[in-house]
Amino acid sequence: MAKAKGAIVVDTARCKGCGVCTTACPTKVIELAAEVNGKGYHYAYMANPDACIGCSNCGIVCPDTCITVYRAKAGATA
Amino acid sequence: MSDINTIIKPENIIYKKTDVLSENELHYCPGCSHGTVHKLIAEVIEEMGIQDKTIGIAPVGCSVLAYNYLEIDWQEAAHGRAPALATAVKRLMPENYVFSYQGDGDLAAIGTAETIHACNRGENIVMVFINNGIYGMTGGQMAPTTLPGMPASTCPAGRDVSHDGAPIKISEILAQLPGTCYVTRQAVHTAANVRKTKKALKKAFENQAANKGTSLVEVVSTCSSGWKMTPTKANEWMEENMFPYYPLGDIKDE
Repeated sequence: MAKAKGAIVVDTARCKGCGVCTTACPTKVIELAAEVNGKGYHYAYMANPDACIGCSNCGIVCPDTCITVYRAKAGATA
Repeated sequence: MSDINTIIKPENIIYKKTDVLSENELHYCPGCSHGTVHKLIAEVIEEMGIQDKTIGIAPVGCSVLAYNYLEIDWQEAAHGRAPALATAVKRLMPENYVFSYQGDGDLAAIGTAETIHACNRGENIVMVFINNGIYGMTGGQMAPTTLPGMPASTCPAGRDVSHDGAPIKISEILAQLPGTCYVTRQAVHTAANVRKTKKALKKAFENQAANKGTSLVEVVSTCSSGWKMTPTKANEWMEENMFPYYPLGDIKDE
C-alpha cells in the first residue's frame, strides 16, 4: 500500500462542488461526495487518501479557497 | 486513516487561505474564475506586505462585490469608470498601491474610453481584466469579446461577425500604447496557469512600485452559468475555443 505523503482538509460548508480540484489532482485523490452540504452542493472529499502526495494543486485551483493542504516532512511518517 | 491524521498537523500546512481574503463566502457561481483571481491578488498583497496601503477599485459586473472579499481599502466605480477612479486615487495618494478589477463588459465595452485613455496617459496603476467573453451578471448576453459563432442569450445562433463585428482584442490594442509597461494574458484553469498568473500579478504590482506605468493583466476566464456548462467542461471549452483567439503569454514587457 502506498504511503500517504499528503492530506487535505476541505471546508465542506464552503465547497460549491465545482469539481475543478478533481481534475487538478494528479493522483485522483479527490471525488465529489454523494451527500450534499447545507447549500445543496456535492462537496469534494478525499476518496483515495493513500494516493495524496501533498502537491497542493487542488488548493491552488480552488476558486473558493476551501482546501487546506498538508504534507508530511521527509521521513516523518516513515 | 490514522496515517492521514498524523499528517494533518499545523506544522505540516503547505497551503491555506491567506488572511488578506476575508471570511465571507464568495457569492460567485461554482467554479467561477473570479474566486481564484481574488485569491491570487490577496496572496500577492500578503507576500509584498502591502495590505495596509493597497486600494482596490471595484467594477460593475459580477465582481461588483469584490470589496467584500479582500481585507483592503476599496472604492466602487461607476460602470466602466474604474480606470478613471484609479487615476484619481493614485494621483492623490501616490504612495499607495492602486489596482482596478474589471470584467470584459466593464473594461472592454462601456469603459473602453476610460481604459484606453488611462493606459495612454501611462497612469501608474495595475488593471486586472477578467475576460470570459460574455456579460455574466446580466444573463449571458453577447459582449464585444464574445467569440465568432459563440452562442449567447442575445445571439442564440452564435455571434455573426458580418453583423456584430469581430471580438475585440483589447490587450493587443493597449499594448500599442506607450503608457503601458506590461500587458499579459493568463488563465487560472490549471495549477500551472494559476502559478503563472500569480507571477504576472506580482510583476504588475512591482512595476507600480517602480513607477513604470500601466500594467494590465488579462485573465481568460470561464462563465459556466452563462456558457451553460459544468465548471470542468467550461475549462475544457475555454482551452479549445478561447485560447486560439486569445493566446496566453506576455504581449508587452518593458
